[in-house]
Amino acid sequence: MHANIDTALEIPAVRFAGVARHFGAVKAVDGVDLSILPGEFFAMLGPSGSGKTTCLRLIAGFEQPDAGHIEIFGEKVEGLPPYRRAVNTVFQDYALFPHLSVGDNVAYGLRVRGVGRAERDKQAREALAMVKLTGMESRRPAQLSGGQRQRVALARALIVRPKVLLLDEPLGALDLKLREEMQLELKGLQRTLGLSFVFVTHDQGEALSMADRVAVFNEGRIVQVGPPEEVYERPRTRFVANFVGSANVLSAAEAQALGAPARPSSLRPEKIALMSAGASAPTGAVVLDAVIVDVSYQGPVRRITARTPAGLVLVAAVPAGQAGEIKRGGPVRFAVRSDALQPMESEE
Amino acid sequence: MIPAILDTPAPHERTLRRLSDLLVRRHNLLVLILLVPPLLWLGMVYLGSLFVFLAQSIFSIDEFSGTIVREPTLATLAELFRPANFDILMRTVSIAAAVTVLCAIIGFPMAYYAARYAGPRAKAAFYLAVMMPLWSSYLVKIYGWKLLLAKEGAIGWIAGRLGLGPALEAWLALPLVGGPSLSVSYTGMVLVFTYLWLPFMILPMHAALERVPSSLIEAAGDLGASPGRTFRTIILPLALPGVVAGAIFTFSLTLGDYIVPQIIGTSALVLGQAVYTLQGTAGNIPLSAAFSLVPILVMALFLTLAKKMGAFDAL
Repeated sequence: MHANIDTALEIPAVRFAGVARHFGAVKAVDGVDLSILPGEFFAMLGPSGSGKTTCLRLIAGFEQPDAGHIEIFGEKVEGLPPYRRAVNTVFQDYALFPHLSVGDNVAYGLRVRGVGRAERDKQAREALAMVKLTGMESRRPAQLSGGQRQRVALARALIVRPKVLLLDEPLGALDLKLREEMQLELKGLQRTLGLSFVFVTHDQGEALSMADRVAVFNEGRIVQVGPPEEVYERPRTRFVANFVGSANVLSAAEAQALGAPARPSSLRPEKIALMSAGASAPTGAVVLDAVIVDVSYQGPVRRITARTPAGLVLVAAVPAGQAGEIKRGGPVRFAVRSDALQPMESEE
Repeated sequence: MIPAILDTPAPHERTLRRLSDLLVRRHNLLVLILLVPPLLWLGMVYLGSLFVFLAQSIFSIDEFSGTIVREPTLATLAELFRPANFDILMRTVSIAAAVTVLCAIIGFPMAYYAARYAGPRAKAAFYLAVMMPLWSSYLVKIYGWKLLLAKEGAIGWIAGRLGLGPALEAWLALPLVGGPSLSVSYTGMVLVFTYLWLPFMILPMHAALERVPSSLIEAAGDLGASPGRTFRTIILPLALPGVVAGAIFTFSLTLGDYIVPQIIGTSALVLGQAVYTLQGTAGNIPLSAAFSLVPILVMALFLTLAKKMGAFDAL
């Protein structure tokens, strides 16, 4: 569900205030502030080594911050070990216990809480049914496929009713088809349970399609936080523009030449239109004649890289059917509306 | 010119090439060639002679002439249950069990430290420290221990300095485990065996612990298990195959040894000494064969129990 203004006033599910975690000289997490709302699907997106996984481990309690404060539902958790925190993790490698059956894996959290055998078997069956693994209780983890293990890990984490579920690149090891299926399922599960999900990923498509809000990490810091549309449409820096989707990054002078304010700007390839020869320019658009440097076919779209006489190199994504007479070295005419350019805070 | 597609060999290379081509095409043949020598060695020279020897246990010895009567009988095997012989078996198995338990208790923390916490340098030092005792002579080590354990030896002296002299005296006054001094008691024997076989326990334990991914330990904590609980329900069961492998070594090495009991032990025999005297001085091959069956049966029983306990579930 979308976080609206009212929920912003309630106690955040997770709050970071100036959190830092250093490993020797490496600043894995370097002054992070963030609030994750109850019931929110929050994605932490970034390249490897950007600090997103360390942030997740700080919430889980596997790491302790070197500076700053972490609160879970208003309660300070510094120094609290993982087994005293009401959050659970789905690990990247699933971390299923190889010596226990699927049912015992799922029931493990209940077992350490002293729940009796019959009751925990019953709940394990229910949890497995929730992730569509009915009847798999007596199997061993080694007998399951990757996708099934993923579901067992999910059931095992959810059975103890965490206040926040942490997911560390849970779909990374699955193939594309299965991944898309699991994305929908995870999203559905989160909606029905109304839990906060904190989802770490390096896959921008995954973050955009699933999350209510996305935090983009780079070098131990959050560069931008916001709903997916905002992060995609209005990237604040060159890093965000390039990491979340792809973008043409223009300098202040180049932006001005296209009729936009003289600010460093980003321009999404799909915002550049292809004009057929002799057509008149749409209102509010600048027409650019360019020479095609490269063309690549990508199914629904064709990506055209072209260079204007002024030396500006632009990448455009045009519907594949539209690109009739397109070939390398040939001329091309683009139309760019000046309001398609998004000013950025910095060109870096 | 057209480049050659087939790399045709020069005439003198042909035979070897043909042979390697053949082995590549028929890899079963290669496996067969590789396996025949070790199988001959293991199957015939080792296992064959072992079985021939063990089969002697169904023969008996003529009391008067001392010659072997080659008629199948269970009398020799039954002799194992005579009080004097049965005592030897019980004594040896108890010592081996004590040594194994002690090795496991002392070895586990070391193996755990090396597998989970040691950096590359500490790990190298660990391997060196564990292996080094294996490089020096077995007899030198035992005689060294005899001096340490002697009444005027280092252990007694340290115990005295620490004011533990009376405690040591009280321990030695106990029946069975005690004796005139540590160097002629079962306690001393167990200590020396523990020292000798400790590396054989630590290394497989370490290998097993190293294969436990740290994410499993984190997952247990994440699901609410305290460190103690995690240890009992996750780490220990996953390390058990290593403990069992180590126990196979410490147990069977102790069962078969006859030198330590001779130097450190009391006058009462253990299994190894019994086999040694029976096949040598006494010339009673059937009974020594019967004695030799015992360690094999004990190990089989031990492995069955370990399997029942689920020691191999994670393999």
